[in-house]
Amino acid sequence: MAAPPPDPQFVLRGTSAAVHALHFSCGGQEPDVPILFSGSENGLINVWNLKTRRVDKALDGHGRKSVCWVETMDGKDRLLSQGRDQRICLWDLAEGRTSVMDSVFTESVGFCRCSLLKVAQGRWLMAMAAKALDEVQVLELPSKTSVCTLKPEAGAKLGMPMCLKLWQINCDSQPLLLSGYEDGSVVLWNLSMGKVLSQLFCHQEPVMSLDFDSEKAKGISGSSEKVLSIWSLNEQQNLQVHTTHRLVNAGISDITIRPDKKILATAGWDHRIRVFGWKKLKPLAVLDYHTATVHCVSFSDHKNPSERLLAAGSKDHRISIWSIYTQT
Amino acid sequence: SEARGAAMATAVESALREALAGPAPGAAALGALRDGLAAAGGPAALGRRQRERFGALLRSLAAAAAEGPEEPAGPWRSCFVEGPPGLALSALLGALGDAGRRLQPIVEVLERFVREGRLAALMWEVCQQQARGGPAELQDALLAGVVALPDRVSNSLRGRNPAVFFPQNYFPLLGAAIVEVLLTLSAIAPVLSILSVYLPLVSSSTSEEILSVLVPRLADLTKSDCIWQRICWRLVECVPERWMEAVVLGFVQRAPGADVLSRLLGNLVVKNKQAQFVVTQKFLLLQYGYTTAVLQNLLGYLSLDSLRRALLIKVLQELLETWSSSSAVKHSPAEQQEYISKAILICLSHLKEPEIESCRQELLTSMMEGVKCHLDSSLPQIRRLGMIVAESISSKINTDGPVLKFQYEEDDEARELKSLLVQAPSICAVPSLPDDNDDDLTPYDMSEDKELKKTKAPVYIRDCIEVLTGSEDTDKWEATVKALESLVRKNPAATREVSVELAKILLHLEEKTCIEGFAELRQRAQVAVLTVDPIPVAQYLTSQFYSLNYSLRQRMDILDVLVLAARELSFPKVHGKIKHVEKPCVQLLPGSDSSNDWRKIVDERIKSKTRRFAKGPSQVQVASGPNEFNSVAGHFFFPLLQNFDRPLSTFDLLGEDHFVLGRLVHTLAVLMYLAVNTVAVTAMGKALMEFVWALRFHTDSYVRQGLLSCISSVLLSVPAEHLLNNMTEELLETQSWLGDVVEKDPDGDCRRLALQNLLLMENLKKKLNKTVPS
Repeated sequence: MAAPPPDPQFVLRGTSAAVHALHFSCGGQEPDVPILFSGSENGLINVWNLKTRRVDKALDGHGRKSVCWVETMDGKDRLLSQGRDQRICLWDLAEGRTSVMDSVFTESVGFCRCSLLKVAQGRWLMAMAAKALDEVQVLELPSKTSVCTLKPEAGAKLGMPMCLKLWQINCDSQPLLLSGYEDGSVVLWNLSMGKVLSQLFCHQEPVMSLDFDSEKAKGISGSSEKVLSIWSLNEQQNLQVHTTHRLVNAGISDITIRPDKKILATAGWDHRIRVFGWKKLKPLAVLDYHTATVHCVSFSDHKNPSERLLAAGSKDHRISIWSIYTQT
Repeated sequence: SEARGAAMATAVESALREALAGPAPGAAALGALRDGLAAAGGPAALGRRQRERFGALLRSLAAAAAEGPEEPAGPWRSCFVEGPPGLALSALLGALGDAGRRLQPIVEVLERFVREGRLAALMWEVCQQQARGGPAELQDALLAGVVALPDRVSNSLRGRNPAVFFPQNYFPLLGAAIVEVLLTLSAIAPVLSILSVYLPLVSSSTSEEILSVLVPRLADLTKSDCIWQRICWRLVECVPERWMEAVVLGFVQRAPGADVLSRLLGNLVVKNKQAQFVVTQKFLLLQYGYTTAVLQNLLGYLSLDSLRRALLIKVLQELLETWSSSSAVKHSPAEQQEYISKAILICLSHLKEPEIESCRQELLTSMMEGVKCHLDSSLPQIRRLGMIVAESISSKINTDGPVLKFQYEEDDEARELKSLLVQAPSICAVPSLPDDNDDDLTPYDMSEDKELKKTKAPVYIRDCIEVLTGSEDTDKWEATVKALESLVRKNPAATREVSVELAKILLHLEEKTCIEGFAELRQRAQVAVLTVDPIPVAQYLTSQFYSLNYSLRQRMDILDVLVLAARELSFPKVHGKIKHVEKPCVQLLPGSDSSNDWRKIVDERIKSKTRRFAKGPSQVQVASGPNEFNSVAGHFFFPLLQNFDRPLSTFDLLGEDHFVLGRLVHTLAVLMYLAVNTVAVTAMGKALMEFVWALRFHTDSYVRQGLLSCISSVLLSVPAEHLLNNMTEELLETQSWLGDVVEKDPDGDCRRLALQNLLLMENLKKKLNKTVPS
């Protein structure tokens, strides 16, 4: 018989609100301590010291409105956070500071998380939902200049964007955007022309989350249904459904492929974290610890593979930290 | 050369005369005789008169060796080995039979005779004599002598015979000799007609060893040579009738495949009536001990020639006739039915489309009849055989239409049977390539990944009743069914208030939505209710067993529930400890179960820290407690016995519903067994013996098995002195019946059970004799 699934390596408690966003920053050299940022429903961003497993700092910058996305820009000293107060804040955390350096007003009222892509040294692109319901806007950071606004053709009826993923094949090539929409379709955008390259209907319900592996040109998306959809991008830049995987319970709130592209994790509405092999989507583990919907999953960026961690944040106010499949 | 030959003959003649002249032939004369014989070209060159003289010489030499004052001088032994083999053997056998003083030299000569290949020469000589029309009796006597040689030597030496005369050594030599003769013969085709002479050898009681040499050799020789095939066919065709079966069986068992068998036997079955009977009837329908490989050889052989294929179809029809006969299904042993099923499947595998077309209607009819009487059987094994065969027939006759499909467990046996339907199993299975997948990642156990329950189960028994009877909310209903057992066990007092009502609801509960393991959940809830409040619920259930308007399934459910509850009640504290073994699952905190384990842990620690000087058998601490079954056993048992002989309009235990009767009888046996050490046990035993007596000649073997189990239970449960005092007559009657069953019952399990019962009775007697000194 297969071994019973592992227990969490440890659990972080004390956010006193549902956890919606997680981001590791563990790639630094000693004496930097590994850090986990978590964003919760009460508007606080907690900075967890993974050595002591305690909160180092709590950042309050979204007016007690839920934080739905956190991301670092070059190490742990610059942090981007997106809140439901329709603001995206850039934090300066260097030398113990905790101040908001800059912020962007998104005007979007949706739940769509932003996506960040480093295109050159000191230059980033950030995709975010825009003011108009079905639009996506791409900004260049830190200059905050608008690169393009991606607007579906009239009558396309895609609905609101639900999830975004900026990517590029290599650092010289054109950045592209994959976005999942309310009508269940995934669309590939060309940023320079602002045009749809391909559109794929892969879900009956809104696409809740997606992730994309640019090496294999293969992506995965989850929705409020019971299926995971795996699709691929062919040479002609057309999206095609590869396979689908049926889940036991409906609802996926987050999907993340581990940076080494070996495994992926999903956050389920059924309180469970599921781990799959990425090559064939072979189910590997069902981690049943949380007692409420899991909102987000994130893999750490440890340099040493054996230290890699998986974190999951849940509505039950807890963040579970797992050490799983670290040997491969 | 004519003149030279004559001159040589004269030389032999003169040497013979000289040798026979004196009372004992001199060494010089024997030497001259050998030289002359060698010069003449061996014993075949001798004329009739010379042979007679040679015979006389050999007899006198043998007699002198055995009886004379001293062994003959010179190379007398070589005369036997080099002279005419027939004469030599009869002279030696004669001397052996007279049982003279010195047997050693004679046996030594015989050993040389066998070792130096004279057996083949002897047979060759007999062949030639037969071709010339020599006296048949003499030849038969000689061949009989050859076959019986090991026995005769052994008799004469009282068992101290040399190794070469052990049957396992001698008969392979004989087999090799036969092959050698056949090899010589193959060059001279006309001599074929006399081959039959060797078959008595083949078919003697010791054919085993001869055939094991002969068949592989012949298989080898016939591979590419059609003359050899003809020789071989002729060989088997001329086998006398009484030996045909043994020869054919030997060939069928030893041939490595149907094609080889076909080469060896040719169209024997078409030409020879006896062989046909043996192959198409005896091996298939009358006997059933052979392996599947033999069946495959046999039927494959029939399928390999157009003349024989007609027989194949006939065989299939006869097999199906047996398979679909309800009396055969009822009365023949399960092993035979399996054998016949296998044969049918193999036949089907050989049939071609047009042949099936020609007998489709018959196949269909047989299938319908056969499947009916197989499904009627109470033995699961027989039912499954029926299903598999029917499925196979159906798939053969309906190539495009819908086919029969039954639900049964796919185990190795079923797969083996089904594999027979496919011809020529591919020997080299392509090993599946380890493809590029996530194989380096070992999955964890995911069995706990089940659908999330949305609604909460009720927490009060009365709520459960409400949900189960009236609720339209299927989620709630599901949750209730799943939670009911533990709820009942946790709240015995609340359950007792509504126990009968709950039992009634559960008995009638049908699967509303598709829940995994619904039947088991319901059954466990029923068992829980019955154990919590045994008397009223048992009264209700047993009364329902004999009432109107229940399905057979429900009646069998009642029996199962009674047995399970009785078992639980009779074992001290089963529930709570054994039943709820927690499977490992992700849990941060150790479960509340740990409190149950503390005693085990403490015990282990004490054990590991304690040094013991004497290790007796480790004492297993049996949890002790009152036997809760004691006070209620009668309520479980007696009502079930009451009405079995009163048929209802929908339920006739003694008629069609013998399967339920079988279950009832088995249930009674278990209840009786569990009632050991209870007060009511003697009365129960007596009633059960009467019940068994009334049904003892039931035609269904499943029922009879149950009855025999009942007897065992009575013997084991009722105290010995009560048995003897209160049931002496019944026991004696039963004993004689058991004796009958052991001898005559067609069912192997029945015979075994009866034998066990007789042993139990014997033990009982011994025990009583020990405790009560007469």
